[in-house]
Amino acid sequence: MSHPNEVRPYRYSLSEKLYLPLFQGMWITLRHFVKNLVRRKPEYTIEYPEERRQYSHRFRGHHILTTRPDGSLRCVACFLCATNCPAECIHIEAGEHPDVNIEKYPVVYDIDMLRCVFCGYCVDACPEDAIIMSNNYDMAFFNRAQSIVSKEDLQKPYTVDPSVLGYRPSYPEEDAMRARLREGVVDLVEEARRRHEASPEPPKAAAG
Amino acid sequence: MSGLLAAMLEATGPTLFHYVLVPLIKIAIVLFAGVLPLIMYLVLAERKVLGFMQARVGPNRVGLWGLLQPIADVMKLLVKEDVVPRRAVRWAFVLGPCLVVAPAFVIFSVIPFGPPAATEGGISWFVTDINVALLMVLALATLPVYGIILGGWGSNSKFSLLGGLRSAAQMISYEVPQGFALVGPLLLAGTMSLVGIVEAQRDLGMWFIVPQFVAFFVFLVAGVAESNRNPFDLPEAESELVAGFHTEYTGIRFALFFLGEYANMIVVSSVAVTLFLGGWLRPFPSVEALSFLDLSFLPAGLGGVVWFSLKLFVFLFVYIWFRGTFPRYRFDQLMALGWKWMIPLALVNLFLTGLVKVWV
Repeated sequence: MSHPNEVRPYRYSLSEKLYLPLFQGMWITLRHFVKNLVRRKPEYTIEYPEERRQYSHRFRGHHILTTRPDGSLRCVACFLCATNCPAECIHIEAGEHPDVNIEKYPVVYDIDMLRCVFCGYCVDACPEDAIIMSNNYDMAFFNRAQSIVSKEDLQKPYTVDPSVLGYRPSYPEEDAMRARLREGVVDLVEEARRRHEASPEPPKAAAG
Repeated sequence: MSGLLAAMLEATGPTLFHYVLVPLIKIAIVLFAGVLPLIMYLVLAERKVLGFMQARVGPNRVGLWGLLQPIADVMKLLVKEDVVPRRAVRWAFVLGPCLVVAPAFVIFSVIPFGPPAATEGGISWFVTDINVALLMVLALATLPVYGIILGGWGSNSKFSLLGGLRSAAQMISYEVPQGFALVGPLLLAGTMSLVGIVEAQRDLGMWFIVPQFVAFFVFLVAGVAESNRNPFDLPEAESELVAGFHTEYTGIRFALFFLGEYANMIVVSSVAVTLFLGGWLRPFPSVEALSFLDLSFLPAGLGGVVWFSLKLFVFLFVYIWFRGTFPRYRFDQLMALGWKWMIPLALVNLFLTGLVKVWV
C-alpha cells in the first residue's frame, strides 16, 4: 500500500502525448475571434465615457451639501462629521448665523477628495441631513489643490445624472416602492376573501 | 512609370542603372513602403486580434477602429527619454538593438515577393536573386541572438542577463531542427536560390508543403521559437523576468528591439511561404483550369505579389493566433521539445527525403 501522501506522476493520455489538445485550444480561440469580429457591439466592454454602469442608490460617491428651501446650507457647523471622519478629510470653520435658532453656519466647508475614503460616516453622523452622497464616481484632478472641494462646489455635485443620488439617511423612492408593494399584498388578501365568499367551498386541505 | 525608368536608364547607362540605381530604389520601396508599415500595422492587428480572442475590443480610440494607433505609438516611442543605465556596458547596450534589427532587414533583399522579369532587362519583383540565398538567410537569421545576448549582458541587470542566456540556449536548440527542416525543400529543388526553389515547386506541380509536411511543421515550430514569440517567448517572459533582455531599454532603443521581433516574424513567415507554400505561385500551380487565379489582368507579376502577401498574412495571423492560445513553455519543456522531438523528426524526414531523391 502506498503512502497516503505519495504524489503519483500525472499520466498523460495518448492524445495529450500527441499534443492534440493544442488544436482544441486553437479552435476555441478561433471561434471567439470570429464571434467577436462579426459582433457589432462588444460583448462585455462598457465604453466608459460614452456608456456608464448603473450603480445602486446606496453608492458612496462625491458628497453633496443639501440646502434649505431658501437656498442656504442646512449645515449648522456642528463638527460631528469632521469628528467622525476616519480619514480626517473634512475641514470646517464655523461662523455665527443671523438666525438665533440656527446659531452657526460653515464659513468654510472643505472636503479633501484625495484623503476621503468614501465610507459614508459623515452622512451617518449628520443630525441635520445636511450632507449626503451622490453616485458620481469620476473625480479627476490636475493637481492636489483641485482635489480640495469647497462648499460652493459641494452644493452642485455635478453628477452624471443628478436625479440619481447615492448614500443618504433615507430613500424616499424606495419607501414609495415598498408602499406600493404593501398595497399589492393587501390586495391579494382582499382578492382571496372575495373569491371565498363567492364560492364558500373550502380549499382541499393537504392530506395529513 | 516605365517612361521615367527609361529616362533614368538613358541618363545613367545600363551598368549603373541595373546594378546600383534599381536595387537602391527597390530597397527603399521594400523598407519604407513594405516592411516598416507592415510592422506598424502588424502590431495593431496583433492587439486587435488578441482583443477579439479574449472578448475585449482592442485599441479603438485613435482614429476609426484605432487605425491611427501605430502612428501614435511610434510618435510616443520617438519622444520618450532614452535611458542608459549608469552601470551598463555602453557599447554593448547600444549595439544590441541594432544587431537585432539589421540582419532581419537584410534578409528581405533575397526574398522573392513576386516572379522574376518576364523579359530580358525588365524589372523583377525582388531586390536580388543570389545562388546561395538560403544559406544567407540561415546565416543572417542566426545573428539577432547576438544582439539579444549583448543587450541582456550590457544592461547589467539580472533579469536582462537571464533573458539573454535563455535566448542563447533557445536559439542554439532550435537553429538545428530549423536548418534540417530547410534541407528537405533544398533536396527537392536542387538549388539554394529562393527564386529557383519557387520555380521548382511550379515545375513539380505542387507546393513543397505536400511532400515536406513534416519539414514544414518543424520549420513552423522552430520559426516561432527563433523569433521569440509565444509560446516560446522565454527570453522576455514578462511573468518571470519582467521583460527579459529588454528590461532596461526605453524609447527608441526599445522600439528597435520591438521592430526586430516583428521583422523576424515577417522574415520567418516569408521564408516559410517561399519554401513550402509556393511563394508567388497560385494554389494548384499545375492545374490549367484554375489559371484565372493567376490574376493576369494585373500589371506584370503583380498577381504573384498578391498571392505572396495573402500567404504571408495567413502566416502572421497564425503567429498571433498562437499567442492568443498557448501558455508559455517551461524552459526544460522547451529544451525537451527541441532536442527530443524536433531534431529527430527533422532528421527522419531528411533521411526519407534523401532515399526518395536517390531512388525515384
